[in-house]
Amino acid sequence: MNEYAELLNHELSRADVRTLAAALRAGDLSSFELTQHFLKRIEQQQSRLNTFITIDVEGALAAAKSADIKIRNGEAQPLTGIPWVCKDVFCTSGLRTTCGSRMLSGFVAPYESTATSRIRASGAVMLGKTNMDEFAMGSSNENSFFGPVANPWDLSRVPGGSSGGSAAAVAAGQAPLATGTDTGGSIRQPASFCGVVGLKPTYGRVSRYGMIAFASSLDQGGVFARSVEDCSTLFATMAGFDPLDSTSAAREDDWLDALRNGVPPSSPSPLRLGMPRQYFNGLRGDAEECLEAARKTLESLGHTVTEVDLPHSRPAIPAYYVISGAEASANLSRFDGVRYGRRAEDAVDLRTLYVQSRTDGFGTEVKRRILTGTYALSVGYYEAYYQKAQRIRRLIQQDFLTAFADVDVLLAPTTPGPAFRREELTHDPVAMYQQDIYTTPVSLAGLPAMTLPCGFIEGLPYGMQLIAPHFREDLLLSLGVHFQQSTDWHRQTADAAVLS
Amino acid sequence: MSADLRGYEAVIGLEVHVQLMTASKLFSGAATAYGAAPNAQACPIDLALPGTLPVLNLEAVRMAIRFGLAINAQLNQHSTFERKNYFYPDLPKGYQISQFERPVVGAGVLTFTGANGQPLSIRITRAHLEEDAGKSVHELLPGQSGIDLNRAGTPLLEVVSEPDLRTAADAAAYFKALWLLVRSIGICDGQLQEGSMRCDANVSVRRVGQTELGVRTEIKNINSFRFVEKAIDYEIERQIDVLESSGTIIRETRLYDAERNETRTMRVKESSEDYRYFPDPDLLPLVLDENLIKAVRSSMPELPAARAVRYQSSFGLAGVVAAALADDPDLSIYFEAVLTTGADPRLAANWLINDVSARLNESGLMIDGCPVPALCLGQLICRLSDGTLSSKTAKIVFDTLWDSGGEVDAIIDAAGLRQMDDRDALRSLIGELIAANPDQVQQFRTGKTKVLGFFVGQVMQKTKGTANPKSVNELLAELLKP
Repeated sequence: MNEYAELLNHELSRADVRTLAAALRAGDLSSFELTQHFLKRIEQQQSRLNTFITIDVEGALAAAKSADIKIRNGEAQPLTGIPWVCKDVFCTSGLRTTCGSRMLSGFVAPYESTATSRIRASGAVMLGKTNMDEFAMGSSNENSFFGPVANPWDLSRVPGGSSGGSAAAVAAGQAPLATGTDTGGSIRQPASFCGVVGLKPTYGRVSRYGMIAFASSLDQGGVFARSVEDCSTLFATMAGFDPLDSTSAAREDDWLDALRNGVPPSSPSPLRLGMPRQYFNGLRGDAEECLEAARKTLESLGHTVTEVDLPHSRPAIPAYYVISGAEASANLSRFDGVRYGRRAEDAVDLRTLYVQSRTDGFGTEVKRRILTGTYALSVGYYEAYYQKAQRIRRLIQQDFLTAFADVDVLLAPTTPGPAFRREELTHDPVAMYQQDIYTTPVSLAGLPAMTLPCGFIEGLPYGMQLIAPHFREDLLLSLGVHFQQSTDWHRQTADAAVLS
Repeated sequence: MSADLRGYEAVIGLEVHVQLMTASKLFSGAATAYGAAPNAQACPIDLALPGTLPVLNLEAVRMAIRFGLAINAQLNQHSTFERKNYFYPDLPKGYQISQFERPVVGAGVLTFTGANGQPLSIRITRAHLEEDAGKSVHELLPGQSGIDLNRAGTPLLEVVSEPDLRTAADAAAYFKALWLLVRSIGICDGQLQEGSMRCDANVSVRRVGQTELGVRTEIKNINSFRFVEKAIDYEIERQIDVLESSGTIIRETRLYDAERNETRTMRVKESSEDYRYFPDPDLLPLVLDENLIKAVRSSMPELPAARAVRYQSSFGLAGVVAAALADDPDLSIYFEAVLTTGADPRLAANWLINDVSARLNESGLMIDGCPVPALCLGQLICRLSDGTLSSKTAKIVFDTLWDSGGEVDAIIDAAGLRQMDDRDALRSLIGELIAANPDQVQQFRTGKTKVLGFFVGQVMQKTKGTANPKSVNELLAELLKP
């Protein structure tokens, strides 16, 4: 590759959506060329990063062609012709959806999830389905039947999970945009580890229809991008009420419509920020330094910062693992080898068919969670585990509501530290679950939160978490844009030695 | 034949699954029609494809409210849907969505006439919404079992009674009363042979005077009034036999075999099964707002009890007759259609309860399969009232209508059945008979009045039964007088 081509490759791979869309409309670049560029990059990096489970070359090029026609006809929307990648948890009609599991390694859904059908309708070009922890259960992307994903910043480290493939793909410049899902931190934690922006919307904001369920009361679709502004367009495109999901919120906010039309989030008037005291007790020093620097930046931008209390944070992790396990144990019962999915051959009777199909089809972590959840729902344990966890959940929700009486947005860490090494925590599930200490309370409360890069620890990116009241993603986006206007953490790239 | 009680009494409670006649399923848009090709009515939600989600069918909620109002029940403003977890091939999600903690319909009462004609009020504990399972099909594929998910997700209202029933016959009467009610309020088609209503009976026995309940067994899936009675009677007798021979009753689920008229062990409940119920996070709690209840209330059809009162006050029917017509929604529709012809209500009621019911029973038909249209029967009754037909010739016309159809007046004319009431013609006919039968006249005049029947018979024979019997009797009395 000559120097100019390399520069072009780099620039295209790192360009923001607004720049790419302008180039497409001006005719400087076609969506077809852009799509080919990213597909080539993905193919070159796949053996090292393993970000994809399915690369849809044919579908992507066909979508790019029709996007080019739309653009030529002056019918382009903000995302028309822009490539994106999709976590393999969203069902895509006619293209296999595995959820990272052997159970669904051959599953092709006959229907499309609401979120992806809205993105596709906007004219964006889907390149493929990204790798993930099996059934979205994991914090390191080491639980995928399709192998682990490498962190583009250091191939020996994990990208985080469960949306590790999506986060790593955006970090590696394989696409400007990606979808993910977040149940207990599965967007925010990999965003922190990979140095990208990750937005988990309010529970109920993005339809769950067609998103393979892990824990129904917690699962929420969201987005990854390199900038907050890029996040906002994709988020608004997939958000909104869906009659097919009874838990989707029947509300429409004017600012969502503006974002959908490509208007960038406005800069906020000065906000009151709160730093939850309990989240900083025992946080390692270098992580605290990153957040302290972010605090100073935000103050210099005119925002005020105070300390707040979230007294019931400590039991969030056990409550989260009880509730999510209980729901998962029922949600995963449908994978029985009877109608679709992996089916044991030569099963002599019904019981063997069930046991063998599920034994072969599920990985260790999935089995662990099904067993935990089944236990928590059993007679004699239901009150002690499931009901108690639900009481804790209400207390945590109350904590946040109380805090939001005094502040507009909370500033918190996303993770205890930067990306850890592969296999560093695999032997110790509980230590792995501790990764979710700052993300699960937000999930239990159903709040929107966004992680964005705010520094480096030992050469690895580290992200801060902004948390807003229900349905106030607009505050997160405005504040995030404001922060990124005066910082360049999000412009740092992982390339160099690892990716060339 | 009822059970030989030997100093025991039975305690019976029924759980009846009422299939609601919504056009689509409880949580999906797939059709619920009966008899489609296997899996033709199973959509991705019914198949439990990953990522699919349930959305509650509001029509089913309206029907549940209608039932609640009909049994004067407490309606729960907040009710919840839970997942009942178990593995079975006809249960695609691995759990059934049902209502456990808080059903949509709370406590109510069903009042009806018991098997011995006594009024009964049976308390209903609750009625909750749940989805039906699919079914296994064993006959289509040799050596394999198939799964048909057409029925999966069909809305059911499970109506649970208190153990207030004491005899199998009253249990059958309760089941029938429920059947009449759900059809009256238009929430179930009542097709028992298609499984539209299925009954589980909880049965125990105890010594008369004993207050604590005996160990109960549950008889599953009984789907006819007759079988409810026979199965429970068999079970009562069986339990008493066991106790009388110093055995113990085991808590178990039993199946009724109609061919052998016996119940058999299906599975023993060693400990209560653990279904791990928990609130379904895919569905919000069901909230009944006042406006919804108000709207359902204003669209409620007339209930059988109110209809019976109306029949008594407007048409002067006796209580039993009014109830018999009012209880059965199809019969009351037929009855009221008969009345549109101007037919006398009491005469019409008698015809329906006697002649029509008898013919229906003989033919194994229900009123909606009656070959004589209501308007024809009305016409017939009008001809009876205006003297064109006698009660005897009316039956001939009815039989003709039943067997070959046609129009009432045309049948009367074709068969020459128009009642003869020409007194001059009758007078001369009777004169001829008196002249031709001097012996019988003599007998009559010496006090053997029984011989009057001979003359009536002769007149009817000569007039092919069309002579007005009242006129014939009057004229005979006058002309035979010495």
